[in-house]
Amino acid sequence: MGIGHTQEQNMLKDMVAPFLAENAPVKHMRNLRDADDKIGFSRGLWKQFAELGLTGILIPETEGGLGLGHVEAGIVLEQIGRNLTPSPFLATAVAGAQALKNASAEMRGNWYPKIVSGDAIIGLAIDESSKHRPQAVELIAERMGNGFRLNGSKQFVLHGHIADLLLVSARTSGATDEEAGISLFAIARDTKGIEVQTDRLVDSQISARISFENVELNGDAVIGDIDGGWSPLQRLLNAGRIGAAAEMIGVGGGAMDITFEYLKTRKQFDHFIGEFQALQHRAAHLYGEMEGARAIVLKAQHLLDDDDSRAELFVAAAKAKAGLAANLAVREGVQMHGGVGMTDEFDIGLYMKRDRALAEFFGDINFQANRVALLNGY
Amino acid sequence: MTNLETFRTETRAWLEANCPKEMRSSSNSEQDFCWGGRKWVFTCPAQKQWLEVMAAKGWTVPDWPVAYGGGGLSSEETKILKQEMFKLGCRSPLNSFGIWMLGPALLKFGTEEQKKHYLPQIARGEIRWCQGYSEPGAGSDLVSLQTFGADMGDHWLVNGQKVWTSYADQADWIFCLVRTDKNDKYRGISFLLFDMETKGVTTKPIKLISGSSPFCETFFDDVKVPKHQIVGELNRGWDVAKYLLGHEREMISGGGLGDGLASLGAAHEGVLAQEPILRAQMAMFDIESMTFRAHSEKFLDEWKSGKAHPAYSNLMKYIGTELNKKRHELIMAVGGSDALEWESEASNQGSKPRSWLRTKANSIEGGTSEVMLNVVAKRILEMPGA
Ligand SMILES: Cc1cc2nc3c(=O)[nH]c(=O)nc-3n(C[C@H](O)[C@H](O)[C@H](O)COP(=O)(O)OP(=O)(O)OC[C@H]3O[C@@H](n4cnc5c(N)ncnc54)[C@H](O)[C@@H]3O)c2cc1C
Repeated sequence: MGIGHTQEQNMLKDMVAPFLAENAPVKHMRNLRDADDKIGFSRGLWKQFAELGLTGILIPETEGGLGLGHVEAGIVLEQIGRNLTPSPFLATAVAGAQALKNASAEMRGNWYPKIVSGDAIIGLAIDESSKHRPQAVELIAERMGNGFRLNGSKQFVLHGHIADLLLVSARTSGATDEEAGISLFAIARDTKGIEVQTDRLVDSQISARISFENVELNGDAVIGDIDGGWSPLQRLLNAGRIGAAAEMIGVGGGAMDITFEYLKTRKQFDHFIGEFQALQHRAAHLYGEMEGARAIVLKAQHLLDDDDSRAELFVAAAKAKAGLAANLAVREGVQMHGGVGMTDEFDIGLYMKRDRALAEFFGDINFQANRVALLNGY
Repeated sequence: MTNLETFRTETRAWLEANCPKEMRSSSNSEQDFCWGGRKWVFTCPAQKQWLEVMAAKGWTVPDWPVAYGGGGLSSEETKILKQEMFKLGCRSPLNSFGIWMLGPALLKFGTEEQKKHYLPQIARGEIRWCQGYSEPGAGSDLVSLQTFGADMGDHWLVNGQKVWTSYADQADWIFCLVRTDKNDKYRGISFLLFDMETKGVTTKPIKLISGSSPFCETFFDDVKVPKHQIVGELNRGWDVAKYLLGHEREMISGGGLGDGLASLGAAHEGVLAQEPILRAQMAMFDIESMTFRAHSEKFLDEWKSGKAHPAYSNLMKYIGTELNKKRHELIMAVGGSDALEWESEASNQGSKPRSWLRTKANSIEGGTSEVMLNVVAKRILEMPGA
């Protein structure tokens, strides 16, 4: 089998692409931003996602979802990226839903239906410092009888201020920086002792810093094994990383298309600027970078869907490569637009902002490159 | 089992039984591969045996039709054969410009008679071909070539000079671009085939910075080429030449895949532990290398099924060759002073620095990186301008 898209996958794209282009183009994102919207995305649009079944894209059919894989989720995310659509899709329907696959039947029965219907939003409370270091968990979960008491804080929790469910990594044993001894908790955000402070990010998304003060939980709030949270956390992170990579393919691809269009319409020195070889070569190079990034993202999605042992390595490489290519696309984009590239009125700068946030989400290029080295044994 | 699974099992068993042990070790130089032809001297009996058993099955050119000496395999089967050869470490039984370049062009543009005559000779490694495109005044601007073929009724009389003709001194035949109409730049070139032993053909080797002399200046002095040795129509050789270049570029881009190992860094763990910046560069390279593999896999699927943009091999050639140059820069960096040894038993007679220098040609031969970018910008991205 090849690594291209199948006919069904092309059909999914043919549905999602016009849907988002119509209902949530860049203008949609601008409108939310300019109205200083406090939610960070459109609840109405999220309900439409639910009606199309997309909220349950990764959830098994037997549990009410579409039962599709990362290749399909990536198709949706690429279109989200292309349109800069603010959406809880990545955190809720991809990374969150994937992590819950390790949860008890009861917990899944509790949350999957609400995710599918578009009534539950998930916040991923993983990072504790400004750089992604998922094993560096200091938030403590002490045993208390049958349950736990949590103290500590998290940051960079997208949609954290309105999330219904928080997935929280906490230390139940071991030392900071150890993979063993981490447990993954599912916590309703309205639980007593949780405090949320919201921040608007460079790309207008709303993120949260969350503090946990003597938050008391039952033992059944744990996803997977106590002290063995690293495994469901990896599942969450791999889904998040490849999802963010797919979204960056959309962001980079969108920025590239706008820029190539500009090269074909803007005239200077009596020529279209796209006639200048200096720009043609950079455009062709950029195109090659984006094409390569698209291929490795697709490859990693397939490996992840096939449960292949190389999936983790390819996910890391794909997140890094998508980051490199999309970053090149937005930088070249602004530069090749000249002065107008610096204006808020032109969309290209918005692509640059979105790319910066996605680059950081679930670990930046340097983090992923280091993982590639470690996984390759050096 | 599906047919493809059966094919895989049978192929592996056949390779295990038929590929000589000596042909399963890693190769150190171009001579480790058989290039065929009348002048070829086999480096060992195993090399000869491997060529013969593979040619008998048509597997030197697995996806060519059986009638022309091929294996008649589908693209899936060909892929499986390559995968199994890779897994067992089998060397390619035959490398040649006939397989990579002329063959595909003949399959598309040749007459039935030409296909029946030339293709089996290529498949069996009997005739070695060289490529007569470039001239002193026509490199990137190939279409300005001047070698002229005067119409003499039943033959052309060819006069002129080619340059950078790889292996011209070892080749038996040449596929050659010759001007047959001086008044039309593009539609005045014909694609001719002729024997390098024809009277009036002489070659003069050129030495490369890597120390070897794989290519030549080639001179034509009143060379008679019979009229039936033209491929495609008179004055339409440029179409054949371009089609062939597409295959050449696809082939050269394959160099970017390296020796097939997933990670360059993995092989140098010890040095990298002491060299944090080099380790970081290596990790970035591994990412590019994995990317190129995935990209090639996707491209080949699309290329074989006819979905790829016809100019896409130019992009792959650009990326693959730049990547290969980068790989060899890193091999030199990680090798340190050991990798400087040029004539030394310990360092395999300088195979590292020689390979490093050789790869610099990758982004020149078959069309330079700059020309590839021009083509991508104009034909794929449809940038404005001439
Ligand atoms: C190892 C090796 C093997 C070869 N084998 C063969 C062979 O078997 N048969 C054969 O026919 N030829 C062969 N060649 C020749 C090869 O195809 C030419 O070298 C190549 O096409 C470049 O031509 P040139 O050397 O004349 O360089 P030039 O065309 O003079 O280029 C010089 C520089 O100018 C740049 N340049 C030229 N035009 C443009 C432009 N329009 N825009 C931007 N930059 C430009 C080039 O990219 C290059 O950097 C071989 C070359 C090498 C190195």
